[in-house]
Amino acid sequence: MSNLLIVLIDGINYAAWLFISAVGLTLIYGVMRVLNVAHASFYSFGCYVAVTLAGYWFSHNYPPHLSFFALFGASFIAGFAIGWILERFLLRYQYAKDEVVILLITYAVFLILDDVLKLIWGVDPYYASDPYELLGTFNIGDMTYPNYYLLMIGSAIVLSLGLTYMLKKTRFGKLLVSVIHDREISSAMGINVGRFFSLTFSFGCALAAIAGGITTPTISVVPGLGVDVIVLSFAVVVTGGLGSLPGTALAAIIMGVVRSFCVHYVPQLELFVIFSVMALVLVFRPRGLFSLAEARKI
Amino acid sequence: MKLDKSLIYMIGFLVGVLLVSPWLPQWILFIITLAGANGLVVLGLMLFMRLGLVSFGQALFFCAGAYTTGMLCLLLKVTDLFVLLIASGFVAGFLAYLLGFLLAKYRAIFFGLLSLAFSMILYGVLVKSEKLGSTDGFTVSGLTILGWTPETTQMKIVLYGMTVIAVIVALLFVNMILKSPRGLLLTAIRDNEIRAEYMGASAKSTIHLIYIIAGVLSGVGGAIAAMVSGHIDPNMTFWTSSGEFVFIAILGGIGSVSAPFVGALIFGAIQTIAYGYSPNTWQMTIGICLIVVILLLPEGLWSLVEKMRKKSRV
Repeated sequence: MSNLLIVLIDGINYAAWLFISAVGLTLIYGVMRVLNVAHASFYSFGCYVAVTLAGYWFSHNYPPHLSFFALFGASFIAGFAIGWILERFLLRYQYAKDEVVILLITYAVFLILDDVLKLIWGVDPYYASDPYELLGTFNIGDMTYPNYYLLMIGSAIVLSLGLTYMLKKTRFGKLLVSVIHDREISSAMGINVGRFFSLTFSFGCALAAIAGGITTPTISVVPGLGVDVIVLSFAVVVTGGLGSLPGTALAAIIMGVVRSFCVHYVPQLELFVIFSVMALVLVFRPRGLFSLAEARKI
Repeated sequence: MKLDKSLIYMIGFLVGVLLVSPWLPQWILFIITLAGANGLVVLGLMLFMRLGLVSFGQALFFCAGAYTTGMLCLLLKVTDLFVLLIASGFVAGFLAYLLGFLLAKYRAIFFGLLSLAFSMILYGVLVKSEKLGSTDGFTVSGLTILGWTPETTQMKIVLYGMTVIAVIVALLFVNMILKSPRGLLLTAIRDNEIRAEYMGASAKSTIHLIYIIAGVLSGVGGAIAAMVSGHIDPNMTFWTSSGEFVFIAILGGIGSVSAPFVGALIFGAIQTIAYGYSPNTWQMTIGICLIVVILLLPEGLWSLVEKMRKKSRV
């Protein structure tokens, strides 16, 4: 029984991480129909910004508990700014192109940004485990868990509720939903669709950077760490149904728990279980768990 | 069968290099041979692009071919080049036949991402299989041809010769497919699948067929890559290597069967030069080239050739 609990806690923790990493991707796709491969670079970028700032923060003895806000804030701002620049000067002129072509452009951006990161921060690994150790641990039965797990699960919940609230209740969200459903009508009604696109893209990139920032204290920051994250995020987002927020959450939970079972009982399967779940879901629901029917064009 | 002029030039170039190969520096021969292997994979991708599909998991078959060659060598002591090549093509083709039943139903971005998922599944399996060297992979050596074991320098020429044969066969075969009614159907399906089906054509069976052909080509390409570099590892099926193939396909364009090989040669050159000058930023160079090609030459480098042709006709 306690064993099962451990598996579940691990699974939920991993699910929280998957959700935080993937949510920006699904937001951007939902609004703009752009599958952003550069998401990986923004994730790594968030990691590097957070790790640098953490080193600075703790070596100057600033109040340690405020470091979380500083870390997440800094990665958010950095991701938002670079995302905005990217949309404003490159992507904005490409929307008429095919979905797959835009994907390739973001792939090129990913290749470029990944090397820019190497140029700025070099190829040596960085660590910043202070925020992680700061929070201490909690016990369940005879197992000890870091409280940082709770912070991650909490952030995932706050993020999902916040985004849902924004989409359903605020003026901005309602306008955004109308842009998602029909760009042309929305712009005919006086909505500045271009501005919504650039805001969404920047915001999605900022979410990727925050995901990096939150993960940083638990990992060593090395070049190329985004490469693994992006395929996992793809898997989550596609399984959930591209552009669907509840779908992403559900897919993250399923994959997190299934992976955790594999890690504990059949570790050989660990690496590909997530993609197997994705393939299995797509076999029965070709467009993912939560997907809308699309009209065929003749 | 009418042959394109570009096809004759391409074959002429390959055979020409073969004739002077004993006097060429080894590294040039290596790059050209590897470009031939990559070109075979990209030839398959080009067929997909004619259908309007992009696969982000073609490295799956590339890797399957390479591992077939490696495992036959390692476990069953089969070392004959031609046997290995044919076996690799067959295994990859069979895998494509099985997966094709599923993938032929998908279009656009879902086709790409589902094939990506399958290639990542193979990656996960290979990384966890310690008998096959896990992430380090293993070396492929002791190759023979018709019972003869060439020395290292001779071997490179022999491998190049074999690559030339494989590439020429593939070029002629794909050229024949594209000129056949089935080949003409590809563009029709891309432009409007429903109309094509109303005319009595089956999009699903066409995509399945193309999937198998591309699988065989990639398997043979993978086998050649394994023999030439003498080493295989799971990174061959990681999504970044699928990305490289897509890059080459975009670089070359889909205008002609020779375009993938031109693209692969130029990619090999860019990679070698960029990697030689600054190993930490070669990805950046590749990325910039990709953006430039997409923005300025959406039809790939081949569109330059076609422009020149039009000019010379006027």
